[in-house]
Amino acid sequence: MSAAASMRTRAPLMQARSVTRSYGGNIGCRDVSFTLYPGEVIGIVGESGSGKSTLLACLSGRLEPDSGVISYDMRGRGFVDIQTLSEPERRMLMRTDWGMVHQNPRDGLRMAVSAGGNVGERLMAVGARHYGDIRGEAQNWLAKVEIDLERIDDKPRTFSGGMQQRLQIARNLVTTPRLVFMDEPTGGLDVSVQARLLDLLRGLVRELGIAVIVVTHDLAVVRLLADRLMVMRRGEVVEHGLTDQVLDDPHHPYTQLLVSSVLQA
Amino acid sequence: MSGARESGYNFAYLDEQTKRMIRRTLLKALAAPGYQAPFGGREMPLAYGWGTGGIQVTASVIGPEDVLKVIDQGADDTTNAVSIRRFFQLVADVETTEATEKATVIQTRHRIPEAPLEEGQIIVYQVPQPEPLRHLEPREVETRKMHAYAEYGLMQVRLYEDIARYGHIATTYDYPVMVNGRYLMAPSPIPKFDNPKMQDNPAIQLFGAGREKRIYAIPPYTSVRSLDFEDHPFRTQSWDQRCALCDADDSYLDEVITDDRGGRMFVCSDTDYCARRRANGHVGAQGAIDPVGEKTDALSGDAQ
Ligand SMILES: Nc1ncnc2c1ncn2[C@@H]1O[C@H](COP(=O)(O)OP(=O)(O)OP(=O)(O)O)[C@@H](O)[C@H]1O
Ligand SMILES: [Mg+2]
Repeated sequence: MSAAASMRTRAPLMQARSVTRSYGGNIGCRDVSFTLYPGEVIGIVGESGSGKSTLLACLSGRLEPDSGVISYDMRGRGFVDIQTLSEPERRMLMRTDWGMVHQNPRDGLRMAVSAGGNVGERLMAVGARHYGDIRGEAQNWLAKVEIDLERIDDKPRTFSGGMQQRLQIARNLVTTPRLVFMDEPTGGLDVSVQARLLDLLRGLVRELGIAVIVVTHDLAVVRLLADRLMVMRRGEVVEHGLTDQVLDDPHHPYTQLLVSSVLQA
Repeated sequence: MSGARESGYNFAYLDEQTKRMIRRTLLKALAAPGYQAPFGGREMPLAYGWGTGGIQVTASVIGPEDVLKVIDQGADDTTNAVSIRRFFQLVADVETTEATEKATVIQTRHRIPEAPLEEGQIIVYQVPQPEPLRHLEPREVETRKMHAYAEYGLMQVRLYEDIARYGHIATTYDYPVMVNGRYLMAPSPIPKFDNPKMQDNPAIQLFGAGREKRIYAIPPYTSVRSLDFEDHPFRTQSWDQRCALCDADDSYLDEVITDDRGGRMFVCSDTDYCARRRANGHVGAQGAIDPVGEKTDALSGDAQ
């Protein structure tokens, strides 16, 4: 992986140290540490209940860890412990330099707002006040995610599942974030639709140099998308490495089981 | 005060403790122009939708020396306006008027009078939905944060949607404004024609929402800017004709049906303004033939 190698020479974008979060007596995630470099895609896999969503929610500042530190290289500010950010600062980060693609498009889209409005919202949130420019950008991004421009004024509820996910992606990428969180972005889609979405995602991420943390239980997703892989089990990362290495030569027995697809059905 | 005493109510209906509570809320609202201050609204002897929020505000600011004007859609003699005026005559025994400049307190639904307001006057708006973001964001917790952090991109999205659908900003009433450069505010369902009147107005503007139990305010001489886009600037409605009764070309016109054969005319929605102009000798195209009473009948049947 030449991309991964060149990343090492750059400063990290995000660092997680011993991130732990439990729900009462239940472990959500425990002692998770990793470093993410600009433009890098990290996949988080593991069976249901292994703590993927909990970890992602902590990393994206939506859930407070019980302990551990998550620091992020904020534009013009340098490394900041995201827990020390005020709520408006975190919300600002979430709609500018970060993105979030949800499994359920309902959580990530405004269903009562047109596709163009969905894409334009972030621009308007950061002060864009020229309708023609906003619309032009929206068209740009709809084209990038292969949504017919004829559909720009249609509501997302009239879109297929795959189109809704692509719209979510456009809506997030329009402010050219440096980091996008994705929770099961292809979940609930047909296999052929999944493949197309993954292809598109991979192209965009490479083209724009966006870092991604993608959570999935689907090894095909990480195989195609992720430079590196973290395998989670019962809240802990049991294996961590370059995607191809982990998948082709798994060391931990749980990963071996996962790869042998016993747990995939 | 004798009327109030005889009727067995406290002056202006509300007990003094409630009035104090509402006045405190009003002061808070005036200190943060456009901010929706919650208040412990009281049950009023009128159903929600009949201006209970406005009535509570009026009841809290009105004194025995005040002169009250009540309008609904610009008219003093519609059902809603008449019943609110009667209510205050009964419980506060105040003098009432239809003349905008004679009033010290004006309670309104859907209009701002055409005659410029002055220092010392208070205008009280009845507000059915105080939250301008509600259509787009149903979660109260979220809209509260949006106001707290001045995150108003979403309101712009609504205007974007208008232009995308209709080619222009089609919102014609309850048109969103930024108050004092800080809070996004719903001006209540007044026509956008009235929006510029809120800007730098010498009067105190108070807004009461009964069902939602919110009060907000615009102090005198405050900046009130209607949202828009650079390439789709805010514009008020305009008509290519004048008032058929008083010939005014600067007032908000209502289209009214004049007979059962499809006859129509455009007349001032502000009945006081129109009557005053006619008294001063202005005559519109149909002003000479059409009696005053007919116009107001048509109006009251036209309520939204
Ligand atoms: N809100 C919550 N309250 C209590 N326990 C929770 C909550 N959310 C998650 N958990 C528990 O934390 C653990 C990790 O859950 P999490 O949702 O992070 O797993 P996941 O890997 O995302 O699973 P899935 O693949 O099913 O989405 C599970 O045991 C789960 O039951
Ligand atoms: Mg999950």
